[in-house]
Amino acid sequence: MATLEIDRVKKSYGQMDVLKEVSISVGDGDFLVLLGPSGCGKSTLLNMIAGLEDITSGQIRISGDVVNDLSPKDRDIAMVFQSYALYPTMTVRQNIEFGMKIRGVPPEARAKATKAAADMLQMGHLLDRKPSQLSGGQRQRVAMGRAIVREPKLFLFDEPLSNLDAKLRVDMRTEIKRLHQRLGTTIVYVTHDQIEAMTLATRIAVMKDGVVQHFGPPQEVYDRPANTYVARFVGSPAMNIIPASLQVGADGLAEAVVSLPSGEARIAGIPLSAAALKSHAGQKVLLGIRPEHFSLTSGPGLSVHIDVVEPTGPDTLAVFAMGGTEVIARLEPFAAAAGDRLTLAVKQEKVVVFDASSETRLD
Amino acid sequence: MATDLRSARRAQNWGRLFIYGSLAAMAAFYLMPLWVMIVTSLKSLDEIYSGSFIGLPKAVTFDAWAKAWGTACIGTKCEGLKPYFVNSLVMVIPAVILSSGIGAINGYVLTKWRFKGSNIVFGMLLFGCFLPFQAVILPMAQVLGRLGLSGTIPGLVLVHTVYGIAFTTLFFRNYFITIPDELTKAAQIDGAGFFRIFFSIMLPAALPIIVVSCIWQFTQIWNDFLFGVSFTAGDSTPVTVALNNIVNVTMGRKQYNVDMASAMIAAIPTLVVYVVAGRYFVRGLTAGAVKG
Amino acid sequence: MQKPISLKDRLAAWLPQLVLTPSILAVFVGVYLFIAWTAVISFSSSKMLPRYDFVGLEQYIRLWSTPRWITAVENLFLFTVLFLAITIAVGLFMAILLDQKVRAEGVLRAVYLYPMALSFIVTGTAWKWILNPSLGIQKVVNDLGWHSFVFDWITRPEFAIYCVVIAAVWQSTGFAMAIFLAGLRGIDNSIIKAAQIEGASLTRIYLSIIVPMLRPAFLSVIVLLSYISIKSFDLVLALTNAGPGSATEMPSTFMFSATFRRNQMGVGAASAMMMLMTVAAIIIPYLYSELKEDRNGH
Ligand SMILES: Nc1ncnc2c1ncn2[C@@H]1O[C@H](COP(=O)(O)OP(=O)(O)O)[C@@H](O)[C@H]1O
Ligand SMILES: [Mg+2]
Repeated sequence: MATLEIDRVKKSYGQMDVLKEVSISVGDGDFLVLLGPSGCGKSTLLNMIAGLEDITSGQIRISGDVVNDLSPKDRDIAMVFQSYALYPTMTVRQNIEFGMKIRGVPPEARAKATKAAADMLQMGHLLDRKPSQLSGGQRQRVAMGRAIVREPKLFLFDEPLSNLDAKLRVDMRTEIKRLHQRLGTTIVYVTHDQIEAMTLATRIAVMKDGVVQHFGPPQEVYDRPANTYVARFVGSPAMNIIPASLQVGADGLAEAVVSLPSGEARIAGIPLSAAALKSHAGQKVLLGIRPEHFSLTSGPGLSVHIDVVEPTGPDTLAVFAMGGTEVIARLEPFAAAAGDRLTLAVKQEKVVVFDASSETRLD
Repeated sequence: MATDLRSARRAQNWGRLFIYGSLAAMAAFYLMPLWVMIVTSLKSLDEIYSGSFIGLPKAVTFDAWAKAWGTACIGTKCEGLKPYFVNSLVMVIPAVILSSGIGAINGYVLTKWRFKGSNIVFGMLLFGCFLPFQAVILPMAQVLGRLGLSGTIPGLVLVHTVYGIAFTTLFFRNYFITIPDELTKAAQIDGAGFFRIFFSIMLPAALPIIVVSCIWQFTQIWNDFLFGVSFTAGDSTPVTVALNNIVNVTMGRKQYNVDMASAMIAAIPTLVVYVVAGRYFVRGLTAGAVKG
Repeated sequence: MQKPISLKDRLAAWLPQLVLTPSILAVFVGVYLFIAWTAVISFSSSKMLPRYDFVGLEQYIRLWSTPRWITAVENLFLFTVLFLAITIAVGLFMAILLDQKVRAEGVLRAVYLYPMALSFIVTGTAWKWILNPSLGIQKVVNDLGWHSFVFDWITRPEFAIYCVVIAAVWQSTGFAMAIFLAGLRGIDNSIIKAAQIEGASLTRIYLSIIVPMLRPAFLSVIVLLSYISIKSFDLVLALTNAGPGSATEMPSTFMFSATFRRNQMGVGAASAMMMLMTVAAIIIPYLYSELKEDRNGH
């Protein structure tokens, strides 16, 4: 059980800054997901938490203790890797017991811990096999078993599901979630898959080029992304980012004017603080609207011309032009066909506004 | 259409014939010297001088082998190749173990514990693979002299170890670089230290390359001539130097059968290794071309 | 708040460098320092024993005005060109034939490669016997009825170097074959299929598609064979002993005899430096390009 504080941590390789002043802190039992595209520095950060990489500057504290100069084995952590990192010449049992052996755990206790972990992960029948005789999913289980027997304060996962096929990935995702619920241990989990992040996390840190773009609970990241980068990265299809101009509406609330092929349209009643409205009124802004926040309406609304439809099964994605860009709406199945002219309503209370030049969210 | 197919088939048959014919002819050419060495070594000297070169011996005799092994004269001594064969063995075994062991740990450091400048170190080592030894034998002779090792087997072991490190390090580095770094990271988190990781995880996983390295070093060191002839003399020379001495005696009637038997004796250890573990030998050979 | 770091941990941080140090030292001394030392001797007036004075380029001038050395350089050039051309042609031919899904490929490969496992001294001894005009090949052919057949190159100064070429080719073809075969096996089969569908003949496919794709293999073979030819010493010594006369003298044998037989240590060192520079001129660019690709490949 542990808290984790990452305090203004920097990492450079020679001239290259890989992490630039990263600060994140999570509480006991949290599930922190570091989310970002490949090469943004997620693994580097995780390795620094593990003690596998030096920290250029800043502090990392686990349960309040500074661990900057502690070696990995003294940090009371366990880690699961993308390539599983099972010792190829050892059996599954030897893999799981290797760490305990080094720590001098007596044989009976080792056997007991191994059995408990094997039961929890349903892999008792695999214990005497070599890693090369296991499937990807089984290897993943063994890697998790090896981490569990450690009973660490902190679990670290580096893209543990990336090498699995789609179906297995979903199953193992559930498995990891169950593990977290059962053990309640604090977890730091690295992924580039936003769905994994949304489903697992209690806290998400979205990263880009070594900078944390947004740190918060998943729903907040989804609903009110800190900038257009986060808005585009989280959610599939991504949040629509639509150029518009901001005005003060008749009711004194924010109102956006967007261009449509059929002329201009207004979206009224957008939630925005008075200060932000005052400073941006009359200016160009970017609107963030999730695809599911469009709906068909028989009343007044945006009159659009549907370009392409993509049925996904549970719903239909309708593509149309708005504000000079392509916009996607998530509608009921068969609600739209290519070439249709439809009138769409927008859930205005869900609309987010971004500054046009800095692309950060206005509150 | 049918005739078309038939003529295509016929062309293909001629092609196959050409392929197998060429391959067989080349095989004959490459085997011929070995054949000649063996049959000559089994003939009596009279038969050889009566003009039998390539044919089977009329009467097989192992006299030449016995002489080559036990009584042929090298310099003033007539003890055959045996003592020199033993010299080579005593030299090659420690040199192979030392150079391969050092190469293994170097490769491990250079891939799993990289530090600032470790690439430069590797580049420096790599040049050692291609060093023309003529450029170092003079100073080496001086240093061996000062260490009191000149003309001794330990001296040769030292020389072969130092100049073997480059190749063995290259072998192990190129092998360990294919083992994911995550493996060492996992072991570190499990609490294993530098040597523990090396001995319990890396070495057991490196078995094929250990074989490659040992075979390569064995072949190189056994077959070496330059160091042997430059740094040793008399009793302590390795078998290649002794062989050359036997062959180059000019007194009396030249004993070609003894020459060939001697050459076979010097060749047998490496040939046996090649036959038993040829696959690994080829891997070592092509590893010299940094990427094959 | 901060837990203390044990001395052991601090030592552990330096362990990798510590472990590498003996090797670094050995190679630094055994390779780089010794090269410098040889260079120093090459600038001195050393004869039988090393002397540490400075005579400038005197030894190099002496070296290049020694007819034996000129012969050695000419021989090396002739030998290298022939050795490379024949070894590469035959090795490539072998590799292409072996790549035609032939039976007994393993056995054939083993047969072509076994000379690589032999000492050059053994090779030299065997070929000296085979090339012996009075008892070897020439005699065999004569006895078959072709009485005018003459194959006495090994006794003729102007031809003896070709004997060295024959033996060296015999020993090294398997090596070229192995590298070319590895290269051929690395080529994607679908490329050949695509070309066949376009109607190209097999010869055409090999000449204009596959052989150009073997560029890296060619580079490796050329560099490594050049290196073998520059340092070839044992073979020459065993086969011809640099003779008849000094007809098959090579830089390597010249260096050895100047240093250890003729008490011209300074000249020997100068010739060693010439050899080193030749090797370096070939190898350093090669290593550099290989390592650079390595880094990009990562
Ligand atoms: N040892 C290293 N030396 C130099 N650059 C590195 C090293 N390790 C990682 N990097 C660089 O740091 C950046 C972040 O890498 P990483 O943390 O692995 O990204 P991620 O896990 O998010 O894909 C990348 O641009 C990578 O090239
Ligand atoms: Mg990563």
